[in-house]
Amino acid sequence: MMDQHMLCDDGFQNVAEGSQVTGFALLARLPYYRGLGLSMVEDIAVSVDGQAVPRETVRLALRGRSWSLDELESCFDEKWNFGEKAQVVVARTGGLAAGPHRVDLAIRYRVSYLPFVPTTRTGRVITLAA
Amino acid sequence: MTHDIKRGVSLYSFQNDTFLRTMSLEDCIRTCAEIGAMGIEVVGEQTFTGWPEVGMPEAEIAHWHALMERYGTTPVCHDFMLDYKRYKGRPMPFDEQVASVKRDLDFGARLGMKYIRALVSISPDVLVACAGYAEDKGLKILLEVHAPLHFDHPWIIRHAEAYEKSGSQALGFLPDMGMFVHRFPRVWKERFVRNGVPQHIADFIERAYEDRTLSEYVLLDVQQMGGTGPSIAMAETLRHNAAFEPKRMLDFMPRIHNIHGKFYEMTEGDVEYSIPYDEIVAVLKKGGYQGYICSEYEGNRWIEDAHPVQSVEQVKRQHRMLCRLLDQPIPAALLA
Repeated sequence: MMDQHMLCDDGFQNVAEGSQVTGFALLARLPYYRGLGLSMVEDIAVSVDGQAVPRETVRLALRGRSWSLDELESCFDEKWNFGEKAQVVVARTGGLAAGPHRVDLAIRYRVSYLPFVPTTRTGRVITLAA
Repeated sequence: MTHDIKRGVSLYSFQNDTFLRTMSLEDCIRTCAEIGAMGIEVVGEQTFTGWPEVGMPEAEIAHWHALMERYGTTPVCHDFMLDYKRYKGRPMPFDEQVASVKRDLDFGARLGMKYIRALVSISPDVLVACAGYAEDKGLKILLEVHAPLHFDHPWIIRHAEAYEKSGSQALGFLPDMGMFVHRFPRVWKERFVRNGVPQHIADFIERAYEDRTLSEYVLLDVQQMGGTGPSIAMAETLRHNAAFEPKRMLDFMPRIHNIHGKFYEMTEGDVEYSIPYDEIVAVLKKGGYQGYICSEYEGNRWIEDAHPVQSVEQVKRQHRMLCRLLDQPIPAALLA
């Protein structure tokens, strides 16, 4: 559900530390009808222009805190709220070129009552702000 | 036995609008009040940001009560989740599950609810262990009997037996009308065709559903027709959905206190395409049901890839239908 709303058109940008561009970020929503504690967000897979980014370069950022995907598993005091836009930050020296990129996103999350672990996918061309 | 069937809405129905922030909580409550659906149900973790991991500030609770007062609506049910798979690779220990449900009872009480909804997979032992606490709070815990489970399934029988043995009236049931899908929903079929199911296979599965063919046979047939991916997924819906009998609710009526008015598509003629609400309401009247039918629109996820989701219009159509079936006057906001 909410598949096409997982990936936001806004907020796709490079991120910098000082004068150094260290990666890029996009905004994503959890494709679910409620919020979910972060320990149940199992994976956020990102690919850009058909190339998967390494899992260890991905972090989830919410309201001033951020976690690596492995760190999410032991976070029990925060949640990705219903409809909330989170920043998915990918470390990549130099970031991405401004302009359109094909971005694919797959989020796997553990839901207590489901007899399977769902992965929801979406993807389209979005434009990196100059 | 005299029935007292009231109309309500689960705000789950407006999930696409609240997810995208095109409707606020107040917009939802006002919409319900305008159509005379005065009972309000929520999924706590949808409506209340931060619950339960981060807690809930008193100001949010006060806002909720102010809205109830402003629009004359009544809090009915908080659907809690209990994430017993919170820890990867190990289930939440029993005592922690009980403590978690008690926190949701506290939350339900703060919201002024009469009931909290338990998901069907929760152990009867956990709920029985919370019964006394619920009684003290003046709340009931209602197990949502939801497809593919149903009132004749041994898991539900086990719950019913545990509730009787407990002697507590604080444990009961909340049937979801998605147990009574008597016709393959048109919005499902159309979605599966968009997902790539060949028309002849989609027609075959729909016909097999009308024939009430056992899902395992249908799956094998679809495989032998060359069905792959989406065709198998469409056939598998028959494993998770069925045309159970509304009258099976009658045996459980003393413990049924809330109802999910699940629906997938209200047509322009104000009829649910796949779920026989005329039959359902007749059973509820016969059983002397006293409580709310809370709309639960779930067609959204089946159409959102191709059509705008019109939650409010769909809910309005369902309430026109309910007014008709319940012999209630139709509010002005539903006449337009």
